[in-house]
Amino acid sequence: MFAYIVRRLFAAIVMLLVVILVTFGIFFAIPKFTGTDPALMYVGKQADPEAIEGIRQKLGLGKPILGQFWDFVSGLFAGRDYSGGGTSAHCPAPCFGYSFKHDLPIWPELKDKLPVTLTLAGGACVLWVIGGVLTGVVSALKRGTLWDRTAMTVALAGVSLPIYFTALLSLAVFKYQLGWAESAGTAFGDDPVGWFRGMILPWVTLAFLYAAMYARLTRATMLEVLGEDYIRTARAKGLREPVVIGKHAMRSTMTPILTILGMDLGALVGGAILTETAFSIKGLGAAAVTAINERDLPMILGVTLITASAVVFANVVVDLLYAVIDPRVRLS
Amino acid sequence: MTAPLHDTGAETAAVDVTAGAPAEAIEGRSPWRIAWIRLKRDKLALAGGVVVLLLILVAVFAPLIVSVLGHPPNEFHEEEIDPLFSVPKGSWGGINSDFLLGVEPRNGRDVFSRIVYGARVSLLVAFLAAVVAVVLGTLFGIVAGFFGGWVDTVVSRLMDLLLAFPQLLFIIALVSVVPDSLWGLTGSGVRMGVLIVVIGFFGWPYIGRIVRGQTLSLREREYVEAARSLGAGRGYILLRELLPNLVAPITVYTTLMIPTNVLTEAALSFLGTGVKPPTASWGDMLSRAVDHYEADPLFMIIPGLAIFVTVLAFNLFGDGVRDALDPKGSR
Repeated sequence: MFAYIVRRLFAAIVMLLVVILVTFGIFFAIPKFTGTDPALMYVGKQADPEAIEGIRQKLGLGKPILGQFWDFVSGLFAGRDYSGGGTSAHCPAPCFGYSFKHDLPIWPELKDKLPVTLTLAGGACVLWVIGGVLTGVVSALKRGTLWDRTAMTVALAGVSLPIYFTALLSLAVFKYQLGWAESAGTAFGDDPVGWFRGMILPWVTLAFLYAAMYARLTRATMLEVLGEDYIRTARAKGLREPVVIGKHAMRSTMTPILTILGMDLGALVGGAILTETAFSIKGLGAAAVTAINERDLPMILGVTLITASAVVFANVVVDLLYAVIDPRVRLS
Repeated sequence: MTAPLHDTGAETAAVDVTAGAPAEAIEGRSPWRIAWIRLKRDKLALAGGVVVLLLILVAVFAPLIVSVLGHPPNEFHEEEIDPLFSVPKGSWGGINSDFLLGVEPRNGRDVFSRIVYGARVSLLVAFLAAVVAVVLGTLFGIVAGFFGGWVDTVVSRLMDLLLAFPQLLFIIALVSVVPDSLWGLTGSGVRMGVLIVVIGFFGWPYIGRIVRGQTLSLREREYVEAARSLGAGRGYILLRELLPNLVAPITVYTTLMIPTNVLTEAALSFLGTGVKPPTASWGDMLSRAVDHYEADPLFMIIPGLAIFVTVLAFNLFGDGVRDALDPKGSR
C-alpha cells in the first residue's frame, strides 16, 4: 500500500510539471504562430515600447522556453524577483506568477478566492452525489417503470440545460418572485443564515446539472453490474437483496463514478466559471473571467495551473480510494 | 464468426459485415440495416432527429427565413423600446405580429432574426469542432491501439494530460490571446475559426480513448490475423479491416459530442469570448439578458430555450443512435 501511494504521488508530480510545461509551451508558441510579440500578451495593447521592453526583461522572454520554464518552477518553491526596465518586483514563494496589470503577486489573490470556490464545489458535490447516485440506483432497480422513465427524462433534460440559463431562471423565480433566496456574497462569519440563503441557489443549480449526469452514469453502470455472474451467485447463495445491491453491486458501480467525480471536482475547484459568473460569486472562476477581460495573462496562467493541480490532486485521491474499494489495485 | 462488432446471434446471415452492404440474394440484414430498423422504432430518438434536421435547415436558410418573417438581425428598432426603462414596449418582451419573438432591450433588435442567425454560429462551430475532434481522435486512437508499445504510451499519456486540463478556462485563455486577424480571416471569422480549432482540439481525447480501446481489442481478432497471413500490409489492415469496424463507435460519440460543443460555444459567448458582436449568438444573447431579466424575462428565456432544445434534440438522437448501434442491445 505504501509503495502504491508513493508511486501515485510521484506520477502526480510528474504530471503537474508536464502541465506547467505544456501551459507554458502553448502560450510560448501562440505568438510565434500568429506573428505577434509575446510581451504584448502580458501588458495589453496600449502599452508603450519602454514598458514592453521592461516586461520582456522581467519575464526573460528572450530566453529559450526551458529557461523560462525553470524560472517559473523555481519561483514556485523559492520565490522570484522580477527586474527590468528600471523597476523590480518581488514575488514570494509560492510564486504562481506576477500580475503586471495590478503590480501584485498572483498567489495571495488566488488564496483569498479559493475558500469561496471550495465552499461552492463542496456543497454542491454532497448534494449531487447523494441525489444523482440514489436516483440512478433506484432507476436501475426499477428499470422500465414510470419512476425510471420520469427520472431519466428529467436527467436528460438536466444535462441539456446550460447552467447559466438554469442559474438565471432560478434567480428570477426564487429570488425575485418568491424572495426565498438572497444574493451570494455574505461571509459565513458575518451572518451564517444570510450566507446559507445566498449559497443555496448556486449549490442546488450546480448540483442539479451534475446530479443529472451522475444519475445517468449510475443507472447505466448499475444495470451492467447487475448482469454480472457474481451478482447471480450472491443471490443464489441466499443473500438478501439489500446486501446484494448495497454491498456487492454498489462496490463495482462506484468505481467509474469515483473516476468522474475526481475529474469533475478537480475541475470545479479551479473555478466553476459559469456558475460563479451567473450568480456573481467572487471565486476563482470569476477571478479568471475578470483576468481575461483585463487581458491579465499571468493571472489566467495562475488559475489554469491551480485548476490543473486540483485535477491532478483529485485524481491521486481517487486512485487511493480505488485501492480501498478494489483490493486488486493494491496488488498491481 | 467473422462479425466483429455486431454479432447479434439472430442475424448471422449478414456475412459481409465490414462493408455494411445489404446481401440481396439471401434475406440478410447488415448491421446498419438492423440499426436503422431499431432507430425507426425509437420514437424519442426520431423526434430528436427531426428537430436536428429542422435546425440545420433553419441555419442553412437563415437569410431567406429572416427576409420573409423578420428584420435584419443587426437593425436597430428603437421605436419599439420604452425610452424610460429601456425595455421593449408592451408586455411579453414586445412580441407582436411584426416581431415574432419580441425585441432586444435597449436597441430593439429583432429577437427572432437573431435566434435564427444564432443557429448558424452554434451549429457551424459545433459540427466543425466535432469534425476536428473526430479526425484527430480517430487518427491518434487507431495508431496508438494498432502499433502499441511506446507509441501507445505516448499517445495515452497525452490524452490523460489533455483530459486533466481545465478545458473551459484554457479555451477562454487561448481565445483571448488570439489577434483580431489571422489566416486571412478577420472579425467573427477569426473567432469562429479559433473556436472550432480549440474546441475540437480539447475534444479529441474523448474519441481517441474509445477508438484506441476498440482498436486494441479488434486487432487481435481472427479476421485481422487472416488478412495479415494473406499478406496484407499495415495500411490495408488499418484502413480496410479496422476502420470500417470503428465507424459505429465513432458515429455514436460524434453525435453525442455535438451537443457538448453547442454548450461550450454558448458558454464562451456568454462569457464574452465567443464570436464577436454584432454577430448573433445564443450565448451572447443570454449574457445581455442578465441585466434585464427582472423586467424582461422573456429575452432570457428565448435564447435559453433555443440552446436547451438544440442540445436536447442532439442528445435524444445520439442516445437513440447509441442504443441502435449497440450490438448487445435487444430493443
